[in-house]
Amino acid sequence: MSIEVNIDKFRAESPMTDFLRMERMPHIWCPGCGIGTVVNSFAEAVKKSGMDMDKLAVISGIGCTGRVAGYVNFDSIHTTHGRAIPVATGLKLANPEMKVVVVSGDGDLTGIGGNHFIHAARRNMDIMVICVNNFTYGMTGGQVTPTTPQTANASTTPYGNYEYPFSLPFLADACGATYVARWTSLHARNITKSIREALNHKGFSFIEVIAPCTTLYQRRNRLGDGLDALEYYKEEAGVEKDVDTREVGIDFQGDIVMGRFVNQEKPTYEEAVNERYANVLGDDYQLYGMSKPEREEKAKREAEERAKVQALMEDEEAQMMAEDMGVDEEGL
Amino acid sequence: MRKTAADPKGVLEGSHFLDGDHAIAEGALAAGCRFFAGYPITPSTETAERFAERCPAAGGMFIQMEDEIASIAALVGGAWGGQKVMTVTSGPGLSLMMENLGLAVMTETPMVIADVQRAGPSTGLPTLPAQQDMMQIRWGSHGDYRIIALCPDSPQECFDLTVEAFNLSETYRVPVFIMADETVGHMHEKVVIPPAGEIGVVERNWYEGPKADYRPYQFTGKDVAPMVKAGDGYRFHITGLTHDERGYPHLTVDQNEKVVTHLIEKIDSNADKIIQLDESEVDGADVVVVSYGITSRIVSRAVQLAREAGIKTGSMRLITIWPFAEKRIEELAGKVKAIVVPEINYGQMVREVERSAAGRCKVVSVPHCGGAVHDPEVILDAIKEASK
Repeated sequence: MSIEVNIDKFRAESPMTDFLRMERMPHIWCPGCGIGTVVNSFAEAVKKSGMDMDKLAVISGIGCTGRVAGYVNFDSIHTTHGRAIPVATGLKLANPEMKVVVVSGDGDLTGIGGNHFIHAARRNMDIMVICVNNFTYGMTGGQVTPTTPQTANASTTPYGNYEYPFSLPFLADACGATYVARWTSLHARNITKSIREALNHKGFSFIEVIAPCTTLYQRRNRLGDGLDALEYYKEEAGVEKDVDTREVGIDFQGDIVMGRFVNQEKPTYEEAVNERYANVLGDDYQLYGMSKPEREEKAKREAEERAKVQALMEDEEAQMMAEDMGVDEEGL
Repeated sequence: MRKTAADPKGVLEGSHFLDGDHAIAEGALAAGCRFFAGYPITPSTETAERFAERCPAAGGMFIQMEDEIASIAALVGGAWGGQKVMTVTSGPGLSLMMENLGLAVMTETPMVIADVQRAGPSTGLPTLPAQQDMMQIRWGSHGDYRIIALCPDSPQECFDLTVEAFNLSETYRVPVFIMADETVGHMHEKVVIPPAGEIGVVERNWYEGPKADYRPYQFTGKDVAPMVKAGDGYRFHITGLTHDERGYPHLTVDQNEKVVTHLIEKIDSNADKIIQLDESEVDGADVVVVSYGITSRIVSRAVQLAREAGIKTGSMRLITIWPFAEKRIEELAGKVKAIVVPEINYGQMVREVERSAAGRCKVVSVPHCGGAVHDPEVILDAIKEASK
């Protein structure tokens, strides 16, 4: 039996049409991979936010997740391995009107790009980083990464992993990130909500999504297919509130603590630059030709916008709770 | 490309007593650079320091990144964010930049990189001069590509050539290097900065047309496509992968040939327009000394002594290092007995001279392992020997 797919019809009717570069479909991701869920949630979040899609840029590094930048219909840069964050930093500082989102994998962001990750968090650079953590270098064939749990089998740890892994929420928190959350690819609604919050957050926001690499990590460790991974998330992943990020490490097939771990306000890099220069130089300081009153007007406008979106999100949530749609079952 | 007057906010008009590093920063500001990402490294740091001090009032942004990899990566983002961008570095930092030099080349992103050279390999002699990176900038990033490189021999030229570097970078959408060295970088001399109206600046060639028709690339091997910036609704995509006109990955042998040929030909086919040389008494000379940067100032003494000794000696200073002046060298090689090439390295550009001369005349290398300039007598001896 063959299944006929009318690709033109699909392209015309897909709810993702505005969001994806449909001419680039089909994508390269394997069946059961978690990256698509994250892209879907991202699209949903951007749509719900009602933000100007022209003012959003997506930057990726190298690897399976690194391909996200090539599929989404935004200003987008597919960079070198590990360098998405400094490219995003440059774009943001050169063009502060932009909302800049980095989507990349665990190997890219915390292995080769680890130095950039910790410094962007330290600076509270106003960018969002979404890390699809599948515990493996997928594109190169399943090697161990800085997040692979101990004992897990990878192609470069064929007798099981003996290295201590990073716990990414703890790393981000310790380095100064002002929004930190973790979900699994089963929890699409939470990811969407979290991305909306992060889009509306001022400063360095970090969202980790635990996701299955079915072709390599799952198979090599005899963990079954994508559905088995979701079963595992269903069994072992749970939300905890007011949790210390030091306590959220993940053991091989062990508990996954989820939730929004950090959400705080702190001046961003750009705000700190503006404040310092303006204090010392007064009216002589004009970033890209903007005077102090213009900068203040922009900051006020953005703060009002954020407050409006925040209120909207709270209303929506209250309404859904009232309708008993169980949205807060997992809580945020 | 059409030049317009510089933005007066960046132009420190007047006569100044500046070192080369500071003059590079002033050249960048005059050229309209408003985004600088760098990492401290001797002997280039003063350029970053000067930019950090001067940029707030000129309306620019400075960021000290966590390393040189991040610095040049930030330039790629900054350029597509809409700014003219630059960084500065030296030996070890330059090595770290090789990865994303390739990204800049592949994505045809305009940027200026000043390399204030020190002696290597490795940490080498951090505070002393060399000209040892001439081949690294040309070949150091993997794959086949071209860049443009200019070599100043004075603080005044540090200013002038930095403005020129930005103009070339915008014209050809290519990284352009300023190949200074510790001595030129730290030497104080008079630098005259003209009024803004007299500084010719090439502004970015912005795309104007229907949004759906925008293509970030055209593979003509001659011209480059106009650019757009993030936020203007073009939804551009760029990648380090082999790509098509839209910037989308297109991983075929044929497409790779198109892209690579374009990257090379857009520079090679315009080489005559790009190359600047400074020649003196080359016609009728028996020996011509080919040099660049600080070495050319030592050469002027050696050439003077050689002429006094009765040897018909000409001098050619390479202001443009890459693309290399191969046609002119070939021409000269047919007319002179010998070409002498002193440089503060073990013999790098001399290989290009030999390749271009192709056996038509003797080519004599006068190497120096770095840490100091040549003794003019050493160059004089080489001229005498070559003239025999």
